[in-house]
Amino acid sequence: MLAYFLKRICYLIPILVGVNLLVFSLFFLVSSPDDMARQALGEKADRPEEVQRWKENRGYDLPLFYHAEAPGAQKITKTIFFQKSLTMFWGGFGIADSTGRDIGDEIRKRVWPSFALALPVFLGTLLANIFLGMKLAAVRGSRTDRIGQFLCVVAMSISALVLIIFGQYLGAQQLRLGPVSGFATGLAMAKFLTLPVVVGIFSGLGSGTRLYRTFFLEQISQDYVRTARAKGLPEEVVLFKHVLRNALIPVLTNIPIYLLMLFTGNLLLEKFFAIPGLGGYTIDAIAALDFAVVRAMVFLGAVIYVVGLLLADLAYCIVDPRIKL
Amino acid sequence: MPWFVQNLIVFCLLALTVWLWRAASRREYWRLAAREVAARKGALVSGLILLCYLLVAVLDSIGWSVAARDPESGEILRNASGKVIYTPGESVLNRLLKPLERRSEESYSAPMAERLYAAESSTDALGKSVRIHKELNYPKGHLLGTDRIGKDVLWLSLKSIRTGIIIGLLTTLIAIPFALVMGVVAGYFGGWVDDVIQYLYTVVSSIPTVLFVAAFIVIFGNGLTQLCIAMGLASWTSLCRLLRAETLRLKEAEYIAAARALDTPSWKILARHILPNVLHVVLITTVLRFSSEVLSEAVLTYLGIGVGADTMSWGTMINDARAELTRDPVIWWKLVSAFIFMLGLVLPANLFGDALRDALDPRLRTQ
Repeated sequence: MLAYFLKRICYLIPILVGVNLLVFSLFFLVSSPDDMARQALGEKADRPEEVQRWKENRGYDLPLFYHAEAPGAQKITKTIFFQKSLTMFWGGFGIADSTGRDIGDEIRKRVWPSFALALPVFLGTLLANIFLGMKLAAVRGSRTDRIGQFLCVVAMSISALVLIIFGQYLGAQQLRLGPVSGFATGLAMAKFLTLPVVVGIFSGLGSGTRLYRTFFLEQISQDYVRTARAKGLPEEVVLFKHVLRNALIPVLTNIPIYLLMLFTGNLLLEKFFAIPGLGGYTIDAIAALDFAVVRAMVFLGAVIYVVGLLLADLAYCIVDPRIKL
Repeated sequence: MPWFVQNLIVFCLLALTVWLWRAASRREYWRLAAREVAARKGALVSGLILLCYLLVAVLDSIGWSVAARDPESGEILRNASGKVIYTPGESVLNRLLKPLERRSEESYSAPMAERLYAAESSTDALGKSVRIHKELNYPKGHLLGTDRIGKDVLWLSLKSIRTGIIIGLLTTLIAIPFALVMGVVAGYFGGWVDDVIQYLYTVVSSIPTVLFVAAFIVIFGNGLTQLCIAMGLASWTSLCRLLRAETLRLKEAEYIAAARALDTPSWKILARHILPNVLHVVLITTVLRFSSEVLSEAVLTYLGIGVGADTMSWGTMINDARAELTRDPVIWWKLVSAFIFMLGLVLPANLFGDALRDALDPRLRTQ
């Protein structure tokens, strides 16, 4: 088990190195610091000294891979590749291009509002999907099932954007369920989060319910379900105990990925409800053409995803003892 | 892009579709699948709606440029060296919708309204100042109302169809060559080739799509082409993985072993035996992914990493509509129009995709 795990961790490193190189070449080989400066400065970019100053202030004036004039180890460390790309491996995200603040600090500060929003959305969606999927699976093939499935497809076809705009309009402006947007810490947080959480749960309902229904249907045709029914167990016990436990294996194993992905935030919800999380941070960075922040978020997103995959593997071994490593 | 090139691309794509259709109709497997889809009423209706949307998009993609004329004398304008100057030109759809496009107002008006949305102050006969809603140039002439600069919303929605279809199709068309070559080669040859390709797609797929698109657009700027390329580059991985798995399965088939025993070169086995037998995976993925690409255009445009503000799309329409919802009375028609037009494309695409998947690959059935 431990050996398997160490092997998996070793497998992660080349992937992250690949991501790092990909991001680096996208920003510094395909594009270049001069291009970035020109884009960020706009009209002022006509003056070469402005471009030079922009680059110097942000450390983009260094050579890409090898600094020939620098002494000793600085030949390697005083380069763009080292300072802007390699340091991300130990959490050095550098400073933001547009605001000059430390990106690492900003991320640590904004992770929690993101998490506070995303965790209830995730749990609520999970419960709602299990419940609705089970209800549909229980009446499989009937008229209710067909209508339910059709409604799922309709829900999947509605743009999340429209759903959020409509939810915000209906919930905050018409029904006055909560403030239109904003955020606070402590208990007051609940007041601000209720509406975005409800909207978030709704937007995940269609595809989730359909998926879970198929998970449940796979199990319902198994022998152990027939045995349970033959024992005379009530249908609810069969479904919500026997079927659910087995059908949840694929769901449970994916939870680590989802949980970690929550940290990177829900871009749309955070933007619309003005929650100061990582999603909103990313969007603001895009609007301000802040290359450093976008670069950091791409790398962070990949790290989180990859670590999530690793934990999912672990969860699989724990939940399903049939799996041998 | 010049009209000539664009017309050529559209023509080539249409020719390719016809050719594939004819090739497929010669095979029993595809004929049976087509019959099964046609037997489902819902799928058939969905398919017809999709065809209508496609027709509008094609009409909007072919066009010609027009020689610019002097507004007074009506003579054709020439530059210093005697060459004819051309206007940006028009698509066929533009020509057809000319009457609709010309019906412009000053500003907002509700669907089928007779008067403008905003009231203007003026003085009546007795010298008292009153607020009146000016009568429209075309009373009851706008089925879906007009927007801030008085453009007909129905016209905007129709013109946005092309953007939606391009995003939905082009993205996957860009992804298919990558995915097809890499997936089939990885699955068939195995060994280090497989390792390298698996490594490549694991690296790309571990970057969240939104963030990848964001990085790409921040560097290359907003635009329809950039968006399609970015989304295509981010999305070939899942198709590649599916194709690799399918090839691995096919490789064990007896007819492949027979072809190998006869010393058939590898490329011939790939082209003749593997490729035609994985095409259904490509088709299913294209159709099923189409709807999510259309939906994500709106989201990405809202996030500022989609098509530019000057491209007509449902995303830009929804984006504009945000500020309009805070007005009192609410200006709802632009948002609702974009929403309905989008739903009208995405819902049939989803239903049709499901039917197609059930017909082509019973193993993937959701039952």
